[in-house]
Amino acid sequence: MAGGVVEKSTSNTSTYAGLGVFMMLPAWAIIGFFLVLPVATMLIYSFLTKEFRGGVIWEFSLAAYDQFFFDRGLFGDDPARIEWTYILIFWRSIWQAGMATFFCLLVGFPTAWFIATRTGANKSVWLFLITIPYWVNLLIRTISMKFLIRDTGPLNEWLMASGLISDPIHIINTNFAVQLGLFYSYLPFMVLPIYASVERYNLAFSEAAADLYATQWTTLRLVILPAVKPGIIAGCILVFVPSMGAFLAPDLLGGAKNFMIGSLIEEQFKGNAGNWPFGAAVSMILLSMVLIVLTFYARQQGKEGAH
Amino acid sequence: MTDIAVDIIDLTKCYGDFVALKNVSLGIQDNEFFTLLGPSGCGKTTLLRTIAGFEDVSQGAIRLYGEDIAGLPPNKRPVNTVFQQYALFPHMNVTQNVMFGLLRLGQGDATARKRVTEVLELVQLTRFADRLPSQLSGGQQQRVALARALAPNPKVLLLDEPLSALDLKLRQAVRLELKQIQQDTGITFIFVTHDQEEALTMSDRIAVINDGQVQQVGTPREIYEAPQNKFVANFIGETNLIGVTVVDVSGGNATCTLPGGAQFTCPAAMGATAGPGHLSIRPERVAITAPETGVLQGVVARQVYLGTDMHIDITPTGGETITVRLQNSETTHIPGNGELVGLNFEAGSARLLVD
Repeated sequence: MAGGVVEKSTSNTSTYAGLGVFMMLPAWAIIGFFLVLPVATMLIYSFLTKEFRGGVIWEFSLAAYDQFFFDRGLFGDDPARIEWTYILIFWRSIWQAGMATFFCLLVGFPTAWFIATRTGANKSVWLFLITIPYWVNLLIRTISMKFLIRDTGPLNEWLMASGLISDPIHIINTNFAVQLGLFYSYLPFMVLPIYASVERYNLAFSEAAADLYATQWTTLRLVILPAVKPGIIAGCILVFVPSMGAFLAPDLLGGAKNFMIGSLIEEQFKGNAGNWPFGAAVSMILLSMVLIVLTFYARQQGKEGAH
Repeated sequence: MTDIAVDIIDLTKCYGDFVALKNVSLGIQDNEFFTLLGPSGCGKTTLLRTIAGFEDVSQGAIRLYGEDIAGLPPNKRPVNTVFQQYALFPHMNVTQNVMFGLLRLGQGDATARKRVTEVLELVQLTRFADRLPSQLSGGQQQRVALARALAPNPKVLLLDEPLSALDLKLRQAVRLELKQIQQDTGITFIFVTHDQEEALTMSDRIAVINDGQVQQVGTPREIYEAPQNKFVANFIGETNLIGVTVVDVSGGNATCTLPGGAQFTCPAAMGATAGPGHLSIRPERVAITAPETGVLQGVVARQVYLGTDMHIDITPTGGETITVRLQNSETTHIPGNGELVGLNFEAGSARLLVD
C-alpha cells in the first residue's frame, strides 16, 4: 500500500515537471522573440558600419559610439575633443524625465490616495475615469494638446476673453509644453501603482500615529510614505523610463529647440537620411542608463527584503 | 468624592440615519479599570473611538478631568489607544514603535530611550527591542502595542478588544497581567470587550451596552448578581428567565406568582412594575429537591455532562425549561430522565427584572 502511494506520487511529480517545461515555452518564446532578439540586433547593429541610404554594411566599426562621445573635427583631429551635443541632449532628457516624474508624483499621489479611500463602487468609477483618455491613441492626444495650447488655441482664447491676459501666453515649443505633454502621457502610470499600494495601506496606522501625537504631516512623512514606498518607486520608474525615450511630446510640442533622446533615435531610422548604427548605439546607451537605475532599485529592494 | 477621569455627558453619535450611540452618560473614575461590555455592533467601540477622537460626536460632551475634549483632534488628546489589530508600524522596530509618541511630544532622544527601556521592562519585551513587528508572535505584538500606548504616560488608556486576537490560554494569562499593570501604573483603563468573562475578571466597574445605550453600570458582582434587565441577565453569564405574574412591587421587593401557582417574594430591579414579568435565577443557585418541598415542580428533560459540572434541564409544569448546574461529585444525586423533581431557590438568589 505505502509503496504504491509513494510510486504514484513520484510519477505524478515527473508528469508535472514535464508539463512545467511545456508551460514555460510561451514565456521563453516571448522573452526570446520580443526582448532578447531585438536587443541583440540593436547591440550588433551599433557596432556595424552605416550605409548612406539607411541600413548597415556588415563590417565592424566603433564609429557610432565615437560619433556620440567624440568630436574629431572635419579632418580627424587627434586627440579628439568631447562631443557635447549628444551628451547635452541626453542630459536634457534626464532632466525633462525627472521633472515629469516629479510632477506626476506630486499630482498622482493625492489622486491615488483619493481614489483608494473612496468606498466600493465609487473606486471603480474613479479608476475608470483616470483611464478613459488612454483609449485614444497617444499621437492623437498629443496633437490635440498642441491645438489646445497653441497661441491661437482655445486655452489662450479663453484666457484673453475672460480678460485675465491681453496677449496670448506662448506655451507651444517651450520646455513647459514638453513637460505638460509628458505629464499628461504618463500620469496614470504613476497613479495606478500608488493606488495599489495605498489600497493595501491599513488606515489604522494613521489613527495610531494621530493617537501618538503626530500631526498630519508627520504621519504622512513617517508612516504613510514608508508604507506606500514600493508603489511610489514603481510609479516613478514607470513614468521616468518612457519619458526618457519619449519622442512624440518633444517632437510635437517642444519643437527643434527641445530635442530629446527619443527624437534623436527616431531621426536615425526615419527615411533615407538616417544612420542606423548611430541610432542603435544611442539606444544602447539609453538602455544601459535605464538598467543602471533599475539595478540600483532592485538592490535597494533586496536590502529591505533581507531585514 | 473621587475624581472623575472621563465624564461622558448625554453623548449621541449618528451615521446618517443610523444612531450608533443614544444619549450615553457615563462617569469613569480616576485610576479605574472600566470596561465597556456588549455584543458586536452595540456601539462600544464607537464610544471608545469618540473618546480617542477618531469619531466626532453628533451631540453631547466628553470631559477629560474637567476639560471638554470633544472638539480636539486625536493628536491633541492626552489619551492613548491599544488597537484591536495593534496597528504597529510595520517598518519600525519595537523601540522605534514605542518611541514614536515620545518623540512627537518633543522628548529628546536620550530621555525617550530611557522611557522605552522602562516600558519594555514593564511588558517584559526587553530582549525584542530590535525586532520588527513581523518577527514577533501575536502575544508579543500585543505587548508592544501596550508598551507603545503606555510610554507617553497617558491620563487615560483606551483598549479596543486587545486580547481578541490571542488564543485562549494566552488570553487568560494576559488578563491578570493587564490588571496588574493598571494597578501598578495608576492609569485609568477603558477596556472594550464582548467577552463577559474577560470583563468580570479584570474590571473595577463594567458598563453593559446594547443598541447604543448603556443598560447597566456596576461592579462585576453587581452586574452578575443584580442584573437590571433581561438583556444584562442574559448577556452576563447564564441565567434562567422564569415568566411570572407580578402581584405587587414595594420597598425594593416584588411578590409574584410562579408557574404552577406558588407565591414568591424576591428583590426587584429598579423600575420593575406589576403585571407580567421575568425572574432571573442563575443555574448554580437552583437546588433540586423532593417534589413536594420545591417552589416549582418539573420533569427532568436531559442531562449534559460538562466535566466539573452537570447541567440538568428541567421542564416545570406550565413554564419554560430551567437549567440547573450541579457540581460533579460522587455523592451528588443525579435525577434520571422523566423523573419528577422539585426546584428550590432562595429569595436572595432570584431577581425580578425590568423587561
